Amino acid sequence: MRVPWRTRGRSAKLLRLGCALLAGLLLAGFASPAVRVDAEAVGPRALEDQTRTAVVRDYLQAWKSMSQAFQENRIDALDTSYLGLAKEKLAEAVREQRELGIKTNYRDLSHHLKIVFYSPEGLSVQLVDTVEYEMQIVDHDQVLAQPQHVRARYVAVLTPTEVRWKVRVFQAQPE
Amino acid sequence: MKRRLTFVLLGAVLTSVIVAGGLYLSASDGDALQIPKAVEAGSSFSIPTRAAAKAVLYIVSPAQVLRRNVEPGESVVIAAGDLHNAGHYLALLSGPGTTEKAEFDVVPASQPESLNFLAKPSRLPVGRPGGISGVAYVFDVYRNLVRESTPVSFQLSDSAGGTQTRSVPTRNGVAWVKMDSAPRAGAAQFLVSAGNVSEKRVVQQVPGEPCNLRMSAQRSGQRMILETAPVRDCNGNPVSDGTIVSFTQTYDGRSEATVDVPLKRDVARTELPARDGSVISVATGVVLGNEIRVGGQR
Repeated sequence: MRVPWRTRGRSAKLLRLGCALLAGLLLAGFASPAVRVDAEAVGPRALEDQTRTAVVRDYLQAWKSMSQAFQENRIDALDTSYLGLAKEKLAEAVREQRELGIKTNYRDLSHHLKIVFYSPEGLSVQLVDTVEYEMQIVDHDQVLAQPQHVRARYVAVLTPTEVRWKVRVFQAQPE
Repeated sequence: MKRRLTFVLLGAVLTSVIVAGGLYLSASDGDALQIPKAVEAGSSFSIPTRAAAKAVLYIVSPAQVLRRNVEPGESVVIAAGDLHNAGHYLALLSGPGTTEKAEFDVVPASQPESLNFLAKPSRLPVGRPGGISGVAYVFDVYRNLVRESTPVSFQLSDSAGGTQTRSVPTRNGVAWVKMDSAPRAGAAQFLVSAGNVSEKRVVQQVPGEPCNLRMSAQRSGQRMILETAPVRDCNGNPVSDGTIVSFTQTYDGRSEATVDVPLKRDVARTELPARDGSVISVATGVVLGNEIRVGGQR
């Protein structure tokens, strides 16, 4: 059976669009980590959906900021997402690796976030993140080995600022 | 048909890239360094190596970065205090023909050394059940969040000598309480302690809203001199100076005059025209006081 040319053209267009969408999704999958969030047992303050969304968004952004800071040895990259103790400690680590001529590439692959505490006055949120990421050490522009796959459990405390939640405590602990 | 084939091939290539990438990521490249799975922050330990030539040991995490040159067959000694930030570390020994690696955790010391204490609010009315909250984060000597459950004591002492005490264990390094504000106004000391460390905050407990309101009137020629009795909250605390009291005069149901007067030394005073038949009422906040009819008291 012959398919009219116009119909074939439409099918091809649809197929192309489908492939473009699939490719886009695949690329997006590479660029963004997989994220799962559990927030059922948060307390003592009730956590509204909007707050939870903002906390998760800003925490994931904090990973991006950290990654950029360590990749480019730029302490100022931490400004948007960190403050207090977390910023001091991360900045110290960036300073150390800059002095040693090292750069580190961190790429977060997945996060399993559990929001475990929302303080009564609403000024701090604590979450536990089981994160999988790749890290690769570059010493004086020489890449050392292949990217190392790491799984770790991070505890983070975030506090609200004028426009976003910022990470105040950021610390890995044994699983 | 050709186009379909192209897309199928494209899909196959993409799938291969993903699978190959996954295999590449999961591949291991090197032997394991002999490092304890967990070391306490700031403690000393050594890492034996099997490097046959000069190599470099990297100990890396977002918490801290170390780099040590390694002589063949030597152990690397990490001195006390060198690795002090808690975190999950990757140790990588890299040399000619040698790649050894290990992952390990630096864990906080269990002894609290400092507290981050947030007491809210800093000022509140008396007699509020659960009105004061205290949140304490516990840190070790290197300012790592202490992971082990630690008992934290919260103590709220009011100016009248009343004390509320609670002991709460930390969970993931944080402990919190809610306390009641005292019935008597004044500064309360909010103390939190864990181990040998403590932090103090002051919470100002102020009188609540007026509980009742009563005024008296005295005629002085063509004027009525009005004065409230001392205004107190429901716990008997004098209401704060500056609280506004409103005196309103009506005649035949129509408002003739309203005067807002701030409390001064617990009482409010004012004068209004002594128009016979008019009614003067007094109010503050949501509390209505008594009414006085000029020419006959109520």
